[in-house]
Amino acid sequence: MTFKIESHNHPSYVEPYQGAATGVGGIVRDILTMGARPVAVMDSLRFGRIDAPDTARVLPGVVAGIGGYGNCLGLPNVGGEVYFDDSYAGNPLVNALCVGVMRTDGIKLAKADGPGNHVVLFGARTGGDGIGGASVLASATFDDDGKPAKRPSVQVGDPFTEKLLIECCLAIFAADLVVGIQDLGAAGLSCAITELASAGDVGMRVRLDVVPLRDSSLAPEEILMSESQERMCAVVEPEKLARVLELCERWGVTATAIGEVTDTGRVDIGWHNEQIADLPPRSVAHDGPIYDRPIRRPDDLDALQADSPAVLRRPSTVDELRETLLRMISAPNLAGKRWVTDQYDRYVQGNTALAHPHDAGVIRIDESTGLGVAVATDGNGRYCRLDPYVGAQLALAEAYRNVAACGSRPVAVTDCLNFGSPEDPTVMWQFAETVQGLADGCVELGTPVTGGNVSFYNQTGSTPINPTPVIGMLGVIADVANRVRIGWPEGCRLLLLGSTRDEFGGSEWAWHVHGHLGGRPPTVDLAAERALADVLVGAADAGLLRAAHDLSDGGLAQALVESAIAGCVGASVRLPGDPFVALFSESAARAVVAVDPAEEAAFGDLCAGAGVVCTVLGETGGSMLTVDGVFDVSLDELRAAHKSPLPARFD
Amino acid sequence: MARVVVDVMLKPEILDPQGQAIAQALPRLGFGGVADVRAGKHFVLDVDDDVSEQAVREIADTLLANPVIEDFEVRAE
Repeated sequence: MTFKIESHNHPSYVEPYQGAATGVGGIVRDILTMGARPVAVMDSLRFGRIDAPDTARVLPGVVAGIGGYGNCLGLPNVGGEVYFDDSYAGNPLVNALCVGVMRTDGIKLAKADGPGNHVVLFGARTGGDGIGGASVLASATFDDDGKPAKRPSVQVGDPFTEKLLIECCLAIFAADLVVGIQDLGAAGLSCAITELASAGDVGMRVRLDVVPLRDSSLAPEEILMSESQERMCAVVEPEKLARVLELCERWGVTATAIGEVTDTGRVDIGWHNEQIADLPPRSVAHDGPIYDRPIRRPDDLDALQADSPAVLRRPSTVDELRETLLRMISAPNLAGKRWVTDQYDRYVQGNTALAHPHDAGVIRIDESTGLGVAVATDGNGRYCRLDPYVGAQLALAEAYRNVAACGSRPVAVTDCLNFGSPEDPTVMWQFAETVQGLADGCVELGTPVTGGNVSFYNQTGSTPINPTPVIGMLGVIADVANRVRIGWPEGCRLLLLGSTRDEFGGSEWAWHVHGHLGGRPPTVDLAAERALADVLVGAADAGLLRAAHDLSDGGLAQALVESAIAGCVGASVRLPGDPFVALFSESAARAVVAVDPAEEAAFGDLCAGAGVVCTVLGETGGSMLTVDGVFDVSLDELRAAHKSPLPARFD
Repeated sequence: MARVVVDVMLKPEILDPQGQAIAQALPRLGFGGVADVRAGKHFVLDVDDDVSEQAVREIADTLLANPVIEDFEVRAE
């Protein structure tokens, strides 16, 4: 498997549809260029307040762009997140994840090798779009000689070209025709050729005048910098060139040999009879400036952490608790996201075993054995604002828990780190703390980070976004037929795993009900997360779990409501301890599971063996969610409250 | 009542997948000699006489066209 998450935040703010669409296209090509067939995508989205006018522009465009591009490619979109917070008002976050499947001996490297080999550019023709999308050239003007006054830095994607490119590349890989391959992303051809040459420690001679153009007025430097989509660059041995060009023609993909690998150690770029550039590739690809940025803990952090949510007024009567429940499940961050996910094709290709609203997306990768993978993304900017080290570990722990709750063993991490300007020492401090938190957490959980990206400068004026590391977790499940859903069957015993503490710092309740952000985020206990995951995966393997749902934002109340709605089955629950804390605390390392009463003892043994606290909550069944001595609410009422906020705002 | 026409085209440097698909289909259907195709949108607005061209330009800029990637032309018919 190969998987990666990447940001496309800024383009999605300027032009939501195309920005988000090309974000999907870019990450899919990243997976493809490894030699893998892309099999699923996922998106983690963050916007300003749901009622902000700009959110009404950005969100529908982003969602339509992701759906439009991904659906055309025929890739199932199996999950992700949607969050709303003021801090993302001028800086929406659009993080796209893609998962691919390959044989381990089929890995393709982004490396040029063998002097005399051809450099082949294939895919879409090069146009003037996206110039300066990730560079400084955007400030140049071109009006003196009648060329367009200002090139747009928005790229427009063409998913049908991408689909042809995918199939064409996979055919080329299958025939073992390339030495190295790289997709063209930020900074276009200039980046691809210098990286290929630098990685292989070779030189390269490239002629820009043979690059197929969509716009013949492009200057050579524009051809180098263009970020036109759906292009790849491959290194091909001379005797295989004809076969590569033939396969490209068969798939309707334009392909041109634009140069060759040399042993000079220098990249020599020509334009007709003129030399445009002659430089050692390392100087561009690897010898970037090394920054030593000042770091300072934010001055307001002590005050923020001292502002405990303990002072907030809590619901005390049963009526207030019932009203709080309905208010919480209809909060924009907790409300149903089907308005978004219904625009994505979740089941195309027929290998989707689980998708939204389940804890993770599960994809079958081997039809004969049922072997599959689970993927989840998580991040919580509020926790990270209060404590980036702990917040990053909480995001990691939640993704880990989500994957385990589906019955799959978490094995690897990809991360997308979204921050404000690194020139602000306090942002740099948040970044440093986050990276340290993730590094320490991944060692503890035994999950390597295989890649990802960093997005800086997500700020408006001097106000940065909340630090938002988004964690993608990949898990392996031996047979997707044994996946665990969130919806309960009738007649099961409902059990709460893990310990609940009075933890409301950074919680959805404090934010949604009181507009409060302060105190400390919930405690992280990675050993407890491991133990919980062992129980969840072990019980799923043993066939003991009828349903499972992890607890996170909104606490137990949110999990119970989501499970009840998903399975159309209610439950009768007795709460341990203070009802408010039991329902809404966001303590980590917890999950709710449904087990057959006959198997309760066996499951209890499993928990005892792993040292996981297991509390009986009640029984599933009926069409009401009843909390003994507190409230009962019909599923219809819960469903109406939970489902309506997004359609009411965006339809 | 006056009739105003708004033509919306992708900016020349922006990729036009629809136009490209048409251009590629033409030779398959036996039509030769077409070097390039750009596809766009054509709007016909019936407006009251007191609606100014400026007002129509605002309509085009706000709703009919996406000024980030498209140009438009307004003309009376």
